[in-house]
Amino acid sequence: MTSLLLFGTSEGGLFDFDATLPLMAVQVVLLTFVLNTLFFKPVGKVVEEREGYVTTSRAKAKEKLSQAQRLEADLKDQLKEARQAAQKVIIEAEQDSEKLYREALALATTEANASREAARREIDSQKEMAMNQLQKDADQLGDLIVERLLAAK
Amino acid sequence: MGSLPFFLPFAELEVGQHLYWQIGNLRIHGQVFMTSWIVIGALLALVVVGTKKMERDPRGVQNLLEFLWDYIRDLARTQIGEKVYRDWMPFIGTLFLFIFVSNWGGALVPWRLIHLPSGELGAPTADINTTVALALLVSLSYFYAGLSNKGLRYFEYYVHPTPIMLPFKIVEDFTKPLSLSFRLFGNILADELVVAVLVFLVPLVLPVPVMFLGLFTSAIQALIFATLAAYYIGEAVEEHH
Repeated sequence: MTSLLLFGTSEGGLFDFDATLPLMAVQVVLLTFVLNTLFFKPVGKVVEEREGYVTTSRAKAKEKLSQAQRLEADLKDQLKEARQAAQKVIIEAEQDSEKLYREALALATTEANASREAARREIDSQKEMAMNQLQKDADQLGDLIVERLLAAK
Repeated sequence: MGSLPFFLPFAELEVGQHLYWQIGNLRIHGQVFMTSWIVIGALLALVVVGTKKMERDPRGVQNLLEFLWDYIRDLARTQIGEKVYRDWMPFIGTLFLFIFVSNWGGALVPWRLIHLPSGELGAPTADINTTVALALLVSLSYFYAGLSNKGLRYFEYYVHPTPIMLPFKIVEDFTKPLSLSFRLFGNILADELVVAVLVFLVPLVLPVPVMFLGLFTSAIQALIFATLAAYYIGEAVEEHH
């Protein structure tokens, strides 16, 4: 009884093929077309548009990033140049002031030497004058002593 | 086995009984079409609600739809390949969604509360007609994919890599739809039967883990069917060198 029902009798059974098969096939084909219009096409359009949007946004962001990096490098270069220029100015100023200092020092030294020399010469001449005077005085005194002694004799 | 000898009021097993509708001289299984219409209606409702107001920043149902779309695209792209997956994505996706919603609908909705004069409502995929229809559609589409992409060179596939493969490849064309349809049919029907038998024998608690297992099986079967369909199409359009 069971096997009869399983393998189909005149009425019913598990393997009972009839017009259900082609009609179901037609139904599924129709469903495919309907779902294509109502589901696959519109959703695909939205998803692909979004994918395109994301891709272009990413590309734009990348471009902006590289631009920013270029600008950063540029500015860094400029900064370096400015630092170097500043360094040069400082060195020059230091050298200038050093030169001025040396010049002033040299001038002052020569002046001091000159005035010292002059003073020494003055002292020397006065010393000589004084010595001469002393010599003269000593001679006179000597003469006087000699005269007095001779006179007393 | 229409109703087991000891009839209980809360559960009854019916296997291989159908609600026949007569259209002209065609006979169709009414219960399969009724549930398939509900499944299709649910799918369309979800899709219509989700795509009503689409935005670049997705909200609500649009998120779910985009997740599904992405999932199906990945599935189709990995199996079919970058070149032609777009053409087949709607077909693969429809197979996946239809089978998935059918299976879960069959497992989650208490169809048995609705009484039919004959047969009972359940997952449309538990009927061999549905699964064979789907499997034949897959066969047709991989033939179509191969022929439209490569013309008659498609048949090189049958003698690739050696002509010895020819009989095996021809047999494959029959076993592919056969295995596709019977795998899905068998799994879903077996799941429904196991749950029904357990509910029939022990109406409380015990069927619950089996029901969860059923949900798992249902999802896996939908994925397997869609993946294999995509794989067959990918195999047909693949270029041999």
